[in-house]
Amino acid sequence: MIRVLFLAQLREQLGTAELQVADGGITTIEALKQHLVVTHADWARFLFNNKLLVAVNHEYAKADVTIKSGDEVAFFPPVTGG
Amino acid sequence: MSFSIMVQTQDFEVGREYAELISGDTAAGAVVFFVGRVRDMNDGQQVKSMSLEHYPGMTENILQHILAEAKVRWELVAARIIHRIGELNLGEQIVFVGVTSAHREHAFQAAEFLMDFLKTQAPFWKKELGGDGKENWVAAKDNDEQRKSRWE
Repeated sequence: MIRVLFLAQLREQLGTAELQVADGGITTIEALKQHLVVTHADWARFLFNNKLLVAVNHEYAKADVTIKSGDEVAFFPPVTGG
Repeated sequence: MSFSIMVQTQDFEVGREYAELISGDTAAGAVVFFVGRVRDMNDGQQVKSMSLEHYPGMTENILQHILAEAKVRWELVAARIIHRIGELNLGEQIVFVGVTSAHREHAFQAAEFLMDFLKTQAPFWKKELGGDGKENWVAAKDNDEQRKSRWE
């Protein structure tokens, strides 16, 4: 399973904080997003927003990152601390 | 704890942080600190209060990472980052960055670097409660990205 988190405004937009995704065949962030919008079509405009940030296991994900079972993937909007 | 980070709900005391930064040290001739506070206006809108959330685990990773990066770039004796989370009222302190160095230019630059990276990298999000009672997620500013890019 892949643990998927949605944080801050994105959590409110999707109405979901966290879910578990069976990892069969999902190895990229792009594939994970595609998988999510199959069951939640209305999430597409939020998940395919090019300002969205992605972290895998608490580190910003590089474009070519590979994900696997047991990973934690977080999607969130641009940060606004400080 | 000459280099440390802290994410906390409770307030901090600048005097105490300063005392701890210089405790037992006679090498650092320069101390620079920055405090960020909740201000009453944002983008022309009245602000009543604010709530701050973060991504536990990643926040600490990122703050440690930017502290380590500052140590590589400048000659620092000590540094500390404190960031608050939770509900904050007008005028309350949000963030503390303190840096000590033998030389003031190192301390000034490192403090600014830490803030610029914190603002654009550390996973914190602010939601304001406006004077009209409406909640509003604060939008990231392009200006902050530009400030960060100065260091690249």
